[in-house]
Amino acid sequence: MSDTAERVKKIVVEHLGVEEDKVTPDASFIDDLGADSLDIVELVMAFEEEFGVEIPDDAAEKIATVGDANRYIEEHKG
Amino acid sequence: MRRVVVTGLGLVTPLGSDVETTWKNILAGKSGAGKITRFDASDQKCRIACEVKPKDHEFGFDPDKRVDHKVQRQVDPFIVYGIDAAGQAIEDAGLEDMDEATRLRAGCSIGSGIGGLPGIEKESLVLAEKGPGRVSPHFVHGRLINLISGQVSIKYGLMGPNHAVVTACSTGAHSIGDAARMIRDDDADIMLAGGAEGTICPIGIAGFAQARALSTSFNDDPTKASRPYDEARDGFVMGEGAGVVVLEEYEHAKARGAKIYAEVIGYGLSGDAYHVTAPHPEGSGAFRSMQMALKKAGMAPEDIDYINAHGTSTPLGDELELGAVRRLFGDAIEGVSMSSTKSAIGHLLGGAGAVEAIFCILALRDQIVPPTLNLDNPSAGCEGVDLVPHTAKKREVRAVLNNSFGFGGTNASLVMKKAD
Repeated sequence: MSDTAERVKKIVVEHLGVEEDKVTPDASFIDDLGADSLDIVELVMAFEEEFGVEIPDDAAEKIATVGDANRYIEEHKG
Repeated sequence: MRRVVVTGLGLVTPLGSDVETTWKNILAGKSGAGKITRFDASDQKCRIACEVKPKDHEFGFDPDKRVDHKVQRQVDPFIVYGIDAAGQAIEDAGLEDMDEATRLRAGCSIGSGIGGLPGIEKESLVLAEKGPGRVSPHFVHGRLINLISGQVSIKYGLMGPNHAVVTACSTGAHSIGDAARMIRDDDADIMLAGGAEGTICPIGIAGFAQARALSTSFNDDPTKASRPYDEARDGFVMGEGAGVVVLEEYEHAKARGAKIYAEVIGYGLSGDAYHVTAPHPEGSGAFRSMQMALKKAGMAPEDIDYINAHGTSTPLGDELELGAVRRLFGDAIEGVSMSSTKSAIGHLLGGAGAVEAIFCILALRDQIVPPTLNLDNPSAGCEGVDLVPHTAKKREVRAVLNNSFGFGGTNASLVMKKAD
């Protein structure tokens, strides 16, 4: 697992209080990990802080799974 | 008329994370006060408080027991304390598995005096340092006072009245009184009622210290600082935690074979109409609040055996309350015991009235009255009143009166008795 994926997983576990093995690339934040729309706003803020990236609202709306977050961060981080 | 009884209790206090541990420590004369550990208080005038202890402490609080991890991250401590105390009360009442019809007639009235001050402080700093885009999306609903009632109703599916009182330090007593009226008026059969507070944070301590409300002379001897009615008292010690009771309509409780602790029979409310922080110089609001509660209860002063005083340990308040009790009770004051448990757990502000109502209920149950700690030299005007100094006292307790007064000149009194 890439360094990005590891760090994303850690943030998701901490914020949503879910088991680590549930945080797979295919896992949907809302359907599989129990997040609501505000939890996603908070997660996106945490990703921005952790990776020094900016995730605009229209991009954030397209992040539905853990894999989506990993990909976006890999592509945009400095 | 529909009668209202208490069928469940829950407590999170500086002396325990449940009812029995707290009560045992209260009766043993223990103090929950200490130096502030939650933050560096070295630059504060007041450096002591009665903190809820961490979970590795002998009587510490484990939030994981009843509060979801995600909720804990999003909300202020007062909400966490409130959810836990409500959960304890539901379990104590044997109401974990209410069917839908029951839940439609079950509500919440759990308030707070101040609400999420630590979170407001923290997120204000985030706003100043990092800008609006970094303020938590959970900022608002993690700090709002009615969010204990909100969270508890969601967790347990309670669809009846959803209410939250905000009357400073009389919140807890008003919450129970209002909820009892909702049951009496047939709005609900069951109400979770109480109050919580968690404001031990730099701006909370600084704010109350600047208002000259906190004790500042006992920073090196914290357990001596809360000393209601004592000559050397110089302000209150801030506490934190929550108290929640299950109130239930009498026939409803009886029909399901519930354990009945006590009956709520009187509720009085009044306003001082005098000053924002100072009590009325003749204690007229306190007097009228107690008088109304007794009248509603259909009781005379001689029917009351124990008064849990507001008694915060501030120089002004204690004597005025005692003066009001003296005027209302007349000769009957000789038969009553009156103590302030704030001497042990500090002032829980919006939680105080509910936590102290629970102590009153336990006094009825166990026929013992809790002590006023540190009452070494009662100040002038305390003569002839049993203020239960230092040690708990076994005695007959038929009915109790609980007083709570708050900034803004708001007063509430509750009268309870053993259920028949």
